[in-house]
Amino acid sequence: MPQGFEWAPGDWRRDIHEAFTAADVRQMAYVPDAGHASLILACHADPSIETTVLTTEEEGIGVLAGAHLGGQRGVLLMQSSGVGNCVNTFSLIRNCGFPMVTIITMRGEWGEFNPWQVAMGQGTEAALQAGGFVVHRIDRADEVGGAARAAMSMCFDGGTPVALLLSQKLIGAKTF
Amino acid sequence: MTNMGIDRRELVAGLLRDRPDNLLVVTSLGSPTYDVAAAGDDPRNFYLWGAMGSAATVGLGLALARPSDRVLVIAGDGELLMALGALATIGAKKPGNLALAILDNERYGETGGQPSHTGAGVDIPAIARACGFARAESFRAPLDLAAARELLLQEAGAVLATFKIAGGELPRVMPSRDGHYLRTRFRQAVLGRV
Repeated sequence: MPQGFEWAPGDWRRDIHEAFTAADVRQMAYVPDAGHASLILACHADPSIETTVLTTEEEGIGVLAGAHLGGQRGVLLMQSSGVGNCVNTFSLIRNCGFPMVTIITMRGEWGEFNPWQVAMGQGTEAALQAGGFVVHRIDRADEVGGAARAAMSMCFDGGTPVALLLSQKLIGAKTF
Repeated sequence: MTNMGIDRRELVAGLLRDRPDNLLVVTSLGSPTYDVAAAGDDPRNFYLWGAMGSAATVGLGLALARPSDRVLVIAGDGELLMALGALATIGAKKPGNLALAILDNERYGETGGQPSHTGAGVDIPAIARACGFARAESFRAPLDLAAARELLLQEAGAVLATFKIAGGELPRVMPSRDGHYLRTRFRQAVLGRV
């Protein structure tokens, strides 16, 4: 459990963290995103989870592959633009059968004000599917916990790479 | 320098001689994989055949998961140049049990020997030190193998050694390319379960 960290009332990211705990997730690698901010803080405050901040998202695939070789479960947090950085590295997952759960905050859809985010945001799902992931999109807060638990089970019990997309409808479009 | 460098096969065999049970090895695609296979295949070797740039981060995740084991990543200069950010990630994380051995021929050997950045002055150990590695050194011929083993196999902290190796292609010693097999036999050997 996180120590010295309090969830804001109604923060659905708490359901994701609880799914991490239930699945015995021991490593969390991430490139920061505002949509993941409280979950990242909760993982930092959780003594059972080793966190690794990355310079670029594909490093996280290597870190989680290494974690699995060493007997630990891990998850990768990033935003949709980072999926494009990972494409060749997805081959590591497919060729070796590494379990991989990634949770992705979406940009470039539903009210996006910045057109520079749209190209990769619209390509995110296709890139993940090309990389061998089963992709679940989540639009509602009450779906988050169940989807996170399902992803952990499908990946860690079944060996299927799973990507959860936290849609901009769920997170709220970024504004200035 | 082409023929004046360290012999890569002798170096790798020397690093892995009398290998302790808890020494886990990750290789980068290309010649480092062949060099480690030539020293003797072992289920505690995880060979990468692709995903260029991933060897260092696979080593990091493994080192974090297995704090009582020693993780040695053996990679080429081109591989590491693709993953310079990983040096920052490792330097920030400071695992006490991770060592990187960089076989530096200043060339992209697999693709025809095109010059790499290290021949133009890019100093990988200096970058590693600036990223917070506990120690990072460059070794040239004649090789001081005892010093290299001390650094890579014993010294605490994330450490790195660059070895200026001789150019030229050696006979390829090819381990399995079946990633599922390499993954499961590694886990069986290290964890006792698949």
